[in-house]
Amino acid sequence: MSTILLAILVLGVLGGIFGALLAYASKIFHVEVDPKQAAVRECLAGANCGGCGFPGCDGYAAAVAAGKAPTNKCVAGGAEAAAKIAAVMGVSAGDVEKMVAFVPCSGTEGHVEKRFNYSGPIDCQAAMLFGGKSNKTCTFACIGLGNCVRACQFDAMHIVDGVAKVDRDKCVGCGACADTCPKSIIKLIPESQKIMPACGNKDKGAKVMKMCDFGCIGCMKCQRECPADAIVVKDNLAVVDVTKCVQCGHCAEICPRHIITWFGK
Amino acid sequence: MLTNIISISLGAILINNFIFSQFLGCCPFLGCSNKVDTAVGMGLAVVFVMGLASAICWVIDQYILVPLGLAFLQTLAFILVIAALVQFVEMFLKKMVPSLYSALGIYLPLITTNCAVLGVVLLNVQNNYNFIESLVYGITGGVGFLLAIVLFASVRERVEFADYPECFEGFSICLVSAALVALAFMGFSGMKIF
Repeated sequence: MSTILLAILVLGVLGGIFGALLAYASKIFHVEVDPKQAAVRECLAGANCGGCGFPGCDGYAAAVAAGKAPTNKCVAGGAEAAAKIAAVMGVSAGDVEKMVAFVPCSGTEGHVEKRFNYSGPIDCQAAMLFGGKSNKTCTFACIGLGNCVRACQFDAMHIVDGVAKVDRDKCVGCGACADTCPKSIIKLIPESQKIMPACGNKDKGAKVMKMCDFGCIGCMKCQRECPADAIVVKDNLAVVDVTKCVQCGHCAEICPRHIITWFGK
Repeated sequence: MLTNIISISLGAILINNFIFSQFLGCCPFLGCSNKVDTAVGMGLAVVFVMGLASAICWVIDQYILVPLGLAFLQTLAFILVIAALVQFVEMFLKKMVPSLYSALGIYLPLITTNCAVLGVVLLNVQNNYNFIESLVYGITGGVGFLLAIVLFASVRERVEFADYPECFEGFSICLVSAALVALAFMGFSGMKIF
């Protein structure tokens, strides 16, 4: 009987001492955490996509709370999150232009000349190691083995007929695909920009003609017919000036190679 | 004394390695060995906690439990001590050594439930080690864990790129490679120092 009582007593006292010590220690070793940090964290999308350039949502929240980062960097949360964070921090939110990823390549399966039949690991970087720059003759083309698909956390990237396609409804513009693309062809464009030439080839027209059924040959038809002078051919490639474009879609209709994509239709 | 300490250390690191021959602490061993960086973090945290726990539990055992004839409470009391100790160490590091705290990160609280820590303090009692020997056994046991987990993490990083049958994908190949590393460590078994 006395052993049981002693056991209870000893363990009780030990537990009590440890409890008291921990309680006391937590007072002494208390570390102040900025309550703003938790409030900012609440406003974020919480996808940890890294689009803000900080290590995860927590990293960004800490930076904002410390006043070291602007409030409008959360691309996944967009303008809504920026406004909420601004309210927490008591500053005015800068406008966030929503960006989406864009793959400037139309060289789908069967329409672009292949240099060799690649059957190695399913990885664009690995494919680039074989005989130079690409498995396609066009060195500007999307390799289509889906590094971007694997990098995308929002299921917005898919390989369709051997070329990466962006699902603009799902894309939040975090830029993970653009960072991972070993060819560095993926671009971030403002969502309001509805017209983009889906080709990145800067070779001369005759060469492009041989390589791809769709590539831009630099015929300058779009440049001549654009009512706003927003599209110019530079280095044998049509380039849209987003500040001038009026989104009329005329260039998309007249392009003889059908590569100018018009999302507004 | 010195030879005793050397034989305890070598025994704990190589011959009776906590993971490969005593099979203690297998959960963090498999869970935290994806990358060498995290494995080093986990290993260092284990060295730290095992050393401290050995020292404090030895004192509690020798000066409280044994004199009162409560040796049967060892397991319970040691769990209590380890849990409180880890909590305390976490708070202390967060305040005093934030760099070490962020380096050890999530692994520190995870160790509370690491059976290698409880194992080392119970083995200390079983082997009738004195204070110095307990401390050495605790620290070198942790070093053995560090060695094992870092070796295994390096193996796993290589296996990641190896061409193995698809049916082994994921955890199966991990267990198979763990078994092979353990087999390698069997080369030390039965060795005697001094």
